[in-house]
Amino acid sequence: MVGCMEQLYNELQMRFPVTGVTRQRENLAFMYITPQHAVSLITHLRDICGFSHLVLMTCVDWIEEEQFQVTYLLHNYTDHTDLGIKILIPRELPVMDSIHHLWEQARTYQRELHEMFGLDFPGSPGMEEPFILEGWQGPPVMRRDFDTKKYSDETYSHRPREIHEPEQHMQQQMYPED
Amino acid sequence: MQEDKSSTQVPPVPEYPDWRKDEHTLTNAGLSLEEQEWFCDARPKAIPKSAAIIEKFFNWCRSHSLWILAFGTGCGAIELRPLLTARYDISRLGMQPRPTPRQASVFMIGGYVSIKTLKRIVRSYEQMQGPKFVVAVCSCAINGGMYWDSYNTVKRIDEYIPVDVYITGCMPRPEAILVGFAKLKELIMAGKAEGQNLYAEKFDWYKANQKQIIKDWNMPDYNW
Repeated sequence: MVGCMEQLYNELQMRFPVTGVTRQRENLAFMYITPQHAVSLITHLRDICGFSHLVLMTCVDWIEEEQFQVTYLLHNYTDHTDLGIKILIPRELPVMDSIHHLWEQARTYQRELHEMFGLDFPGSPGMEEPFILEGWQGPPVMRRDFDTKKYSDETYSHRPREIHEPEQHMQQQMYPED
Repeated sequence: MQEDKSSTQVPPVPEYPDWRKDEHTLTNAGLSLEEQEWFCDARPKAIPKSAAIIEKFFNWCRSHSLWILAFGTGCGAIELRPLLTARYDISRLGMQPRPTPRQASVFMIGGYVSIKTLKRIVRSYEQMQGPKFVVAVCSCAINGGMYWDSYNTVKRIDEYIPVDVYITGCMPRPEAILVGFAKLKELIMAGKAEGQNLYAEKFDWYKANQKQIIKDWNMPDYNW
């Protein structure tokens, strides 16, 4: 199995501009690819290398680097290996190629990422429909510059809380004159 | 499709002095003009109390046949299963779960309430026939619980529907829920569980609060 993965990395590095290969386990690895080559790499992996299962698709907001990191996790049922593809896209223009033509279920992930992070996947069906937040009017909620506590304080009224500090409470109970 | 329809051709909202609208009727302005005909436009009315001795008998009757509509919004719904089945067997107290709001008299909200859920809660509550009581289970339904800083969770559910009894705990054991129901029975017997009348009296306040939070209001103003 180890030899198999080694062979795969070498082959991928020859064909695509793959960088930063991290081997987390002997059957799990992550690698970076440029946004332009992402879909062709994923198509190659699915159709030729046997990674037929899209496990998940997620996003990380690297606000300090002003980048979004889109991660695709693929699984190979033949030799039970996982491969994570990471793509860094600029935060000002978060547009990524859609892969709903490869996996039908990817459009659900893409709708979710659109609602949570504001990523755009042109051509993906049902993109503008609300996914879980009906009638949401604020910014995308999982972006790190969205202050949920501030929004919550402004929008909802909190139930007031009664606090009894043990020391003060006992002091009042025992020595009310002081 | 419904979303598109309502956003593209906005139904003409009747101006308030309309030939069929007065202060006793609702405009149901969230619906399209065609759909407005499908729903009742009468406001809820507070039910006056009968003579003391009859009211006492009514309250005794009410407190002995509490049928539950369990709205499992969160993890509190898990605790309802042992309550209903053999171990804690709530049917010996004259209570049973009902599948539809039309047959239930106790609305049990089991857990955190997100905005999307609040919409369904309001609809279900308004569909219930009176007398109706609300029991909020879990700390999330009381003050937001661990979702106290969440952008999508309601912190005080009593601003949107009237709540008669809160049951604390994360999650409360079935014993705690039984105690809660015993308390609800006490309140009903004493004639203090007046959530339904409160909702009818402060209807405008409740509606204003609900509409402030629920942004896509595509339902009737009073769903009955």
